[in-house]
Amino acid sequence: MTTHEIELKTLMLASLDGDAASHRALLDRLSRRLRAYYKGKLAGAGRSAGEAEDLVQEAVLAIHLKRHTYDPAELLTPWVHAIARYKLIDFLRRTRTLQADVPIDEADAMMAHDDNVDAESTYDVKRLMERLPKNMRCSIEAVKLDGLSIAEAAERCGITESGVKVNIHRGLKALATVIARETRT
Amino acid sequence: MALGITLVGLGVRTDLMTARTLAFLLLKLAFTVGIVGVASIYLTRLSRPGGDKRTSSISAAMPFAAIVLLAVISLGFAPSSHWNKMVMGDEWLECLLSIPIIAIVPFAAAIWAVRRAAPTNLARTGAFAGLIAGGVSAMAYALHCTDDSLPFVAVWYGGTIVLCTLAGAALGPRLLRW
Repeated sequence: MTTHEIELKTLMLASLDGDAASHRALLDRLSRRLRAYYKGKLAGAGRSAGEAEDLVQEAVLAIHLKRHTYDPAELLTPWVHAIARYKLIDFLRRTRTLQADVPIDEADAMMAHDDNVDAESTYDVKRLMERLPKNMRCSIEAVKLDGLSIAEAAERCGITESGVKVNIHRGLKALATVIARETRT
Repeated sequence: MALGITLVGLGVRTDLMTARTLAFLLLKLAFTVGIVGVASIYLTRLSRPGGDKRTSSISAAMPFAAIVLLAVISLGFAPSSHWNKMVMGDEWLECLLSIPIIAIVPFAAAIWAVRRAAPTNLARTGAFAGLIAGGVSAMAYALHCTDDSLPFVAVWYGGTIVLCTLAGAALGPRLLRW
């Protein structure tokens, strides 16, 4: 049995006897543990950690309202865990239906935007970049496409910061030449 | 409550005093009391948070296994020309309808009681509430029913009680949320 279990169970038994101070202390301690539990679980389920706070409130309220279902002969941790888990599952189910609620748009909106140009230019850039030497390609990708700083790009490509700058400059020039030649043919 | 409905709505069977019918009545009551007893123990465990971890529901099937075994034995002793009569009885449709209808009241009572606790496995808890309701209802209906054959009890009593259990499992998640 862990020290948490002993400490929290003592508080729980005292609060079941009607000790208000113990009850407050218990809920306060449990809400801290619950926050950590929910943050971890929500991140695992692909949800934002900000939703954890709502869940903590719900679970603490449930623990308060359902405290008569705790059997003093049993351990406290499994009881709290069962409530926390129940509330998590309930929350995930409830919000999943909300997120599946996609509005019915006008049919025209479906045809309004053409993303083909973007897709084609991405493809073209990739194809052209393949012709550049490795250091130039790496520098341009890091700074111009992925938005890294010069220092980060230098670390990624394994060259100095001034090397990155020079490579970008030369690489862009080379690209311009290649594009000019391609448009002429 | 369920008892009252049966007494008022259907009336107690009139031939209660002969030894044979009394024996069958006691047997039906033993079957249903067994179901209700076992299911009540599980329901109290399931209505505490985390209670579903330590509970395996296998022994809830014991009364069913017992009645089916007895039914098969009694079919074995009877000539096969009687089988149809033994299984179908005289009032199988009435039995099929009455038990679920009478079960509504005990089901509502069981759900109301469980809602004050905190079940964490709603489908299973609902199933056991349905099982208890079906058992109580069959107990009450046994006072009226005049079909005295083990296969009849096994098929129609057992079947309708299982039906109540399935209904409970389906309704549990909606009725028991907290």
